[in-house]
Amino acid sequence: MEYFDAIANMSALSFAQHMVNGISLGSLYALIAIGYTMVYGILLMINFAHGDIVMMACYFAFFGITAFHIPWYFTFIITIILTAILGVLIERSAYRPLREAPKNSILISAIGASFLLENLANYLFSGRPMRFPDVPLLSQNISIGGIEIQAICLVIPVVTILSLVVLLHIVNHTKTGMAMRAVSKDYEIARVMGINIDNIISITFIIGSALAAIGAIMYGIRYPGITPMMGVMPGLKCFIAAVIGGIGNIKGAVLGGFILGLGEILIVAFFPDLSGYRDAFAFIVLIVILFYKPTGLLGEKTTEKV
Amino acid sequence: MKFKKLLSLLAVSALATGLLAGCGGEEKAADSNVIKVGVFLPLTGDNAAGGELELRGIKLANQLHPEVLGKKVELVVADNKSDKAEAASVAARLIEKDKVSAIVGSYGSSLSMAAGNIVKENKVPAVGTSCTNPQVTANNDYYFRACFIDPFQGKVMAEYAHQNGFKKVAIVQEVSNDYSVGLAKFFREEFVKLTGDENSIVDIANYQTGDKDFTAILTNIKAQDPDAVFAPGNFTESALLVKQARQLGIDAQFMGGDTWETQEFIDVGGKDVEGVALSTAFDREKASTEEAKKFLDAYTKEYNGEPSALTAMAYDAYLIAVNGIEKAGTATDTVKIRDAIAATKDLECVTGMTTLDENGDPIKDVVIKTVKDGKFTFKDYVKAQAK
Repeated sequence: MEYFDAIANMSALSFAQHMVNGISLGSLYALIAIGYTMVYGILLMINFAHGDIVMMACYFAFFGITAFHIPWYFTFIITIILTAILGVLIERSAYRPLREAPKNSILISAIGASFLLENLANYLFSGRPMRFPDVPLLSQNISIGGIEIQAICLVIPVVTILSLVVLLHIVNHTKTGMAMRAVSKDYEIARVMGINIDNIISITFIIGSALAAIGAIMYGIRYPGITPMMGVMPGLKCFIAAVIGGIGNIKGAVLGGFILGLGEILIVAFFPDLSGYRDAFAFIVLIVILFYKPTGLLGEKTTEKV
Repeated sequence: MKFKKLLSLLAVSALATGLLAGCGGEEKAADSNVIKVGVFLPLTGDNAAGGELELRGIKLANQLHPEVLGKKVELVVADNKSDKAEAASVAARLIEKDKVSAIVGSYGSSLSMAAGNIVKENKVPAVGTSCTNPQVTANNDYYFRACFIDPFQGKVMAEYAHQNGFKKVAIVQEVSNDYSVGLAKFFREEFVKLTGDENSIVDIANYQTGDKDFTAILTNIKAQDPDAVFAPGNFTESALLVKQARQLGIDAQFMGGDTWETQEFIDVGGKDVEGVALSTAFDREKASTEEAKKFLDAYTKEYNGEPSALTAMAYDAYLIAVNGIEKAGTATDTVKIRDAIAATKDLECVTGMTTLDENGDPIKDVVIKTVKDGKFTFKDYVKAQAK
């Protein structure tokens, strides 16, 4: 009863504010989740270093603006390029040599890459938190009909939806996309058909990492304390988001991200007593989904290839 | 059975005689014009950075106050290696082998607690430097300390909020952090008592260490429209919390504890943390006592940069211990020294005039600082009140 009272007593304005908060958090999760899902779709492996790629992208942008005084828009472009290169480098050095090895080996290699990046960042940038620089316009606070938000919160969902549309176009309507889908279905056959698998996998990592960089920049503007370990929790959450939506499915990743972000905010909105258990929400949703729909909400049922 | 008991009784009395003999031996050592004070700090391991800062304070205090009862004070520095097991044996060695008159230290509550039973059983007083957990001195007549305990800061901030006329306060606590939860609990109790209004705490929200997004709890808090928000906790999370509160248009006064006093808090928070209030032990510019001025002069001569509150607190711990030895008039009767330390009243220390309460915890003025133009600046004193 108490909870129903809480819902009834919540003003429309508070509710709208919660929704805006939830959507902006959810679209951030969605953007990063796409990276997980793409790599899984192609390689059937979970790129555990993805969260740390987000972290590295934050540092690239941080140093571009504060140390090299590059204008923020150029910095963001450079960040996206550098992060894409980093993604390809990780694939070449940690995953490609293990392509013919059992899937478990690649998984462990991914965890190794994750630890390497974290410790490298710790060594290079020190563990003390640094502040992501304010960006003109985007860092500003604006008020719309009593709802107070940072301008970036309006940008994040737009960027996420745009990325989704562009990505779906690439995957479904281009030659590269067709090749990606072919590799994802069966890469031995794809190779026989004359598709250059290495290139396709590199492109996948470029796209995934570029999206991670875009996510990282927006994450940095929204939550400006950056540390070497900052990628761990978002990485985990976005992985869960990808699984909820059906790993391997791009639309599913976006859906999962929104469910997770909105859910985390609304659970605190409606049940303030549970505010300390917010992180648990993601894991409980994961367990429930895995119980009733192991392939995720939009995941297709596939027979396991051995 | 009976026989066994008798035997153990004999063994104990033999041990006691041994101890007495030991005391006798020390009497002679004391004649040699040195009074030994044990320094019990983590100088290696995880807490080495804090231990090192405190060692500076103790050494400075020893330089400025090198004598007591006409004899030289000799520091016996012992490294407890940031390790609880090591801490216990190091404390025992200071007492049994070095036969110190008193112990100063440690940094870190768990290390001090590891030595708790040893100082109690051997009846040698110890003065903690920065061990803030109430358990260190509770039920231990031989452990004292120079730093505030966690609850004290919570109470002081409640008093500060009350003095500033705040009627409705929301609490945000880092639920996985004992320090934060402790401060929040005592803040709540004291504030309700001071305002006489059960409903003066309008919201208690929780978050986890490492959280980045606080918009949900803050939107709930905004709906309650509090005058102030008490949010003790880790500095990065707290800075983001204040930042997001301002973005949501919450203009309430934010208040916190001494963990906020780090450069990172200002770096991450930027202009949004301007004007927050936090409690701390020591302010360099508004040093209130003569002792503080001496301390600052000596510190700048010896080291670069600004002294940390840890260094100041360690300095004070030494003063409390040595003052006890002087008041007791003996370096050998450690029970008398304990009584003298327990009776410490209005002792001039770096962090203010210090009186120890019945638990052995200091009562002294608390400094309230704020952030102004990107720097921590003095804002106010909250006068110490006997409980």
